[in-house]
Amino acid sequence: MSHPVAPATGGGRIRTPLPFPTAAKPAVADTQLRANLHRATRTIRAKRARVVDEVPDWEALRDAGSAIKADVQRRLPELLEQFEASATAAGATVHWARDAAEACRIVVALTRATGADEVVKVKSMATQEIELNEALEAAGIAAYETDLAELIVQLGDDTPSHILVPAIHYNRAQIREIFQRRMADAPADLSDEPAALAEAARAHLRRRFLSARVAVSGANFAVADTGTLVVVESEGNGRMCLTLPETLISVVGVEKLLPTFTDLEVFLQLLPRSSTGERMNPYTSMWTGVTPGDGPQDVHIVLVDNGRSAVLADPVGRPALSCIRCSACLNVCPVYERAGGHAYGSVYPGPIGAILSPQLTGVADNASLPYASTLCGACYDVCPVKINIPEILVHLRQQAPHPPVERAAMRVLSWVMRSPRRWAAALRLARAGAGPLGAYRERRTGARTLRRLPWPASAWTRSRDLPLPAPQTFREWWGKQ
Amino acid sequence: MRIALFITCVNDLAFPATGIAVTRILRRLGHTVDFPAEQTCCGQMHANTGYRAEAMPMVRNYVDVFDSYDAIVAPSGSCTAMIRDQYPRLHPAATSVAARTYELSELLVDVLGVTDVGAEFPETVTYHPTCHGLRMLRLGDRPLTLLRQVRGIKLVELGDAEECCGFGGTFALKNPDVSTAMLTDKCARVRDTGARVLAAADNSCLAHIGGGLDRHRSGVRAVHYAEILAETGALS
Repeated sequence: MSHPVAPATGGGRIRTPLPFPTAAKPAVADTQLRANLHRATRTIRAKRARVVDEVPDWEALRDAGSAIKADVQRRLPELLEQFEASATAAGATVHWARDAAEACRIVVALTRATGADEVVKVKSMATQEIELNEALEAAGIAAYETDLAELIVQLGDDTPSHILVPAIHYNRAQIREIFQRRMADAPADLSDEPAALAEAARAHLRRRFLSARVAVSGANFAVADTGTLVVVESEGNGRMCLTLPETLISVVGVEKLLPTFTDLEVFLQLLPRSSTGERMNPYTSMWTGVTPGDGPQDVHIVLVDNGRSAVLADPVGRPALSCIRCSACLNVCPVYERAGGHAYGSVYPGPIGAILSPQLTGVADNASLPYASTLCGACYDVCPVKINIPEILVHLRQQAPHPPVERAAMRVLSWVMRSPRRWAAALRLARAGAGPLGAYRERRTGARTLRRLPWPASAWTRSRDLPLPAPQTFREWWGKQ
Repeated sequence: MRIALFITCVNDLAFPATGIAVTRILRRLGHTVDFPAEQTCCGQMHANTGYRAEAMPMVRNYVDVFDSYDAIVAPSGSCTAMIRDQYPRLHPAATSVAARTYELSELLVDVLGVTDVGAEFPETVTYHPTCHGLRMLRLGDRPLTLLRQVRGIKLVELGDAEECCGFGGTFALKNPDVSTAMLTDKCARVRDTGARVLAAADNSCLAHIGGGLDRHRSGVRAVHYAEILAETGALS
């Protein structure tokens, strides 16, 4: 009898080096960071709500987006082969990468073959995921981020903390400081006015665009029936990278496929309104292989699995692959707002990261992330492709390795609660046991609450009083009726 | 109509006043309430913390205990959401009883068609819509509709009302720093209102927010809204 081979898990920057609660601790204590995130997420949240509310068929669009993605997931192998055939026919070269390391090797080899020692980059989550910049640097190739926020993060020797707004954790004074410290051609009298900062970056990047021979991008969508790649952006820096260099290498997760060009109609409405809160994004670039005499003449597409087949194999967790990286779930998440993106340890932070990263790596490698949520459901409400994030979080918690003490306590409690007789006895016992203490606390403080308890109950009493059992349980009151 | 009260484990032990309030409201409206003593817990904490197998005996017990009733009322948005949202997926035989399980405001407004329960409560009150009631049950303004009919009440709006308080069941213990940061903001919004009473549909969230308010000696009392609806002002 043959056993199916379990799909491989992914590598790259998708693992939490520290458990989420530990990683979140310094972020929660950083008042500047909290203020930056509070202001930024609420601004985008309000913008999104405004432009979503004005679309009369928004719910129908969400249903359509969700249905198209579910269809893609049902026949992914077939669509991938169709995409390869269409793109190849149009003059592109398609490469397949099982994981992050293989994808990096392919991009390094392709860049080396051109003789270039630098590349310009379009903002891309896939290349952040596979840690491409580090791989290129190790091969002696400099990678220059050209998205303004990615540039800020790169100059600051930092990592992105948000899918859409990688530098969301900085305010403009901090950005000016980074530019003055690390951007050699920044004006000496640079102010922290957004226009001045953007102008400094524009002048800095323009020289890079004109000299670059190789560009690296990701893609928001890959259209199977035409072989077209699509990049959606705001700044136009992506357009520069996608049109000026001779060689264009695009790293694309296999889940980015759409069956037909017409399907873009749905997603080009859903994405900008959900992400930047704009009716339409300023730049949408589409290219289909090579157009002779126009734009890059050497076009490569690297299709990356990196754990996605493993996600696909789980029918409950699979909708995580529907994500179009809009960030709406990050911007409404009360946990993200307090902890910031770095606490998630992965390039995919926030609610979507909490269900995507553990599935890409296997839950055991990111066991704290499915618990980094109160299950409040705000993310599900705003998701443009209706990913039921709370349901998947609960699903992944079943697979997470549980702490032995917790497991023992949960089993005992389950044993008590499954039996009406044992539960009634436990209630009596708890009420009677806490009775004298409750009465004492009530005399002393006027309330039947505790203020300080030892570990592990201290996790509660550090910030809240703990109510003690009432003088009589409800069922005791009922019994006396 | 045979109405059963599902008190929930937390209320039975720590907040019996809420169950007493629900009983009084329904009796005042002329209904008979049953309290099947074999009830235990809905299993939400186990299921949502990753112990679905350990939750299943509670799920089956709930079906056995409540399946014969026309309506089951639970004074908890999140326990009701556990039953209505998760039970049908966990246990196919639970689908019917899950559909007959209502949060208190759903039973009053939708099933019994009542918005004025004859209450009087002369206090300034603010209402926090708890997440599972708001986004899973879609309670909407049902609890507020009931509270607006209360004689003497002054309702004041809570800022950022729809934002989670940071409780999240075992989240409060597993992620104490983030939970506390969310709690601090929620408490600040509550205090901004100037209300003397914070009402909500879940005593577990209220234990968290109320525990924070007490810690800061805010003087704001956290109560389940059923206890407000049960008040008649008179010494009856």
